[in-house]
Amino acid sequence: MRGAIGLSDTLMLSIHDLTYAFQGNRPIFQKINLTVNPGEFVSVIGSSGSGKSTLFKLITGLLEPDQGKIGINGDFSGGRLGKVGYMPQKDLLLPWRPVLDNVLLPLEVRGKKGNLAEAREWLSRFGLSDYENAFPDELSGGMRQRAAFLRTMMTGKDLLLLDEPFGALDALTKRKMHSWLLGLWEDLQKTVLFITHDLEEAILLSDRIYLIGDGNVQEWKVNLPRPRNSEQIYQPAFIELRKELERLIHHEN
Amino acid sequence: MKTKWKKWTADYGLFFLAVICLISIWEWIVLAGAVPAFILPSPTAIWGSLVENRELLFGEHLPATLLEVLIGFGFSLAGGLLFGIGMHFSRSLEKILYPFLVISQTVPLIAISPIFILWFGYTIWSKVAVTFLIAFFPIVVSTYDGLKAGGNEYRELLRTMGANRWMIFKKIQVPMALPSILSGLKMAVVYSVTGATIGEWLGASEGLGYFSRRMSGNLQADSVFAAIFLLSLMGICLFLVISFIEKRLLKNVMRGR
Repeated sequence: MRGAIGLSDTLMLSIHDLTYAFQGNRPIFQKINLTVNPGEFVSVIGSSGSGKSTLFKLITGLLEPDQGKIGINGDFSGGRLGKVGYMPQKDLLLPWRPVLDNVLLPLEVRGKKGNLAEAREWLSRFGLSDYENAFPDELSGGMRQRAAFLRTMMTGKDLLLLDEPFGALDALTKRKMHSWLLGLWEDLQKTVLFITHDLEEAILLSDRIYLIGDGNVQEWKVNLPRPRNSEQIYQPAFIELRKELERLIHHEN
Repeated sequence: MKTKWKKWTADYGLFFLAVICLISIWEWIVLAGAVPAFILPSPTAIWGSLVENRELLFGEHLPATLLEVLIGFGFSLAGGLLFGIGMHFSRSLEKILYPFLVISQTVPLIAISPIFILWFGYTIWSKVAVTFLIAFFPIVVSTYDGLKAGGNEYRELLRTMGANRWMIFKKIQVPMALPSILSGLKMAVVYSVTGATIGEWLGASEGLGYFSRRMSGNLQADSVFAAIFLLSLMGICLFLVISFIEKRLLKNVMRGR
């Protein structure tokens, strides 16, 4: 779909027959399959406790599957730590580091010297240039999320896992973040897997949506042309899509 | 300047007022003859002894004790950090050392000190040994607990970035442990003064503890009090030094807590 920007045709993420259970409990995933193409924005929706965050921990390599395979960019060899950019639910900015140093952390921990000019360039695109020396406790919620997002970008990985990045924001700030992200999306040249509770958000941002529940996943395509803007949520076509998705969710339950 | 003074009086004004009242009452009780001077010397008599013995106190005994305190504290700092970090990195080391640590603190200091004299004689090292025994414990515990405490989510985040254990230690665990370690250091530095004094009481040829013991043998209560005053002052000053370092070091670490 976005082959023109130079991303290859290999699947960015492929999960094959994945089964996982927390010790002594019934499996949270039963032989699930899930794929993400290069350049795609894919959302994962599911009720609390359906295992969305666990799925992310499996993909990042913090957890190992009981059965099945996970491949990043065609690589199934295991050892996934350090292969994807992960943004946890909480921003987890280090409170004792100013924004710039927080953003450079992924490079620092791998013993690389960060490119300051490039980092500053990104800071300005993320609307944070005036805050590079500010500490996290001096930032608003929206700015903190953007800083955490930028830190995830600075890992330099093609696949970014974002765990409810806008979940803790108020409605207005969230709306602004959507506009900002949609405006930036084409330039980012990244692949995103995105956890959310918010159906509207999922439809607006994604190319495809996976519904997780009862150990299974179900795929749903979002037929909404790009580029998009956050005003589209008021259009009848959008509302129709939303109804369709809700029907699907109720049907599943 | 004026606001600084205002803040200072707000913070410490009441304390100093209470001290002045207490000293005045003390002076008055002794002057009235309610207590004999060899039991409770008056504050002016203590001051007099301090001035009279100033060359001996400041020229000989205070530096001797201070040296013992600093060497003992230095060893405690190095040993405490080393043990704390070692236990953090190796679970077997923790399992071996922790019981020993607790045992070391249950041994009565007064009972074990003669052994130190036996081993190290009347040299400075017997006092350093007592100081070490008393001061390294809070440093080990505060280092170990500080490194262990929290930061789990940060650790996971750094692991997803491909960080190794050393990087996680350096970037997350050390900064997060600093408040705890510095609390341990504040305790340890005060204990160090106690340790050196106890060491001197059991056998020494110089130092404020030795001086106060000799003077108490001579029933010169004012000189004993003068030595105690200096010991306490030393403890306060060392505590303030660590507090100062703490403030500088934790300016950013304590953000958002």
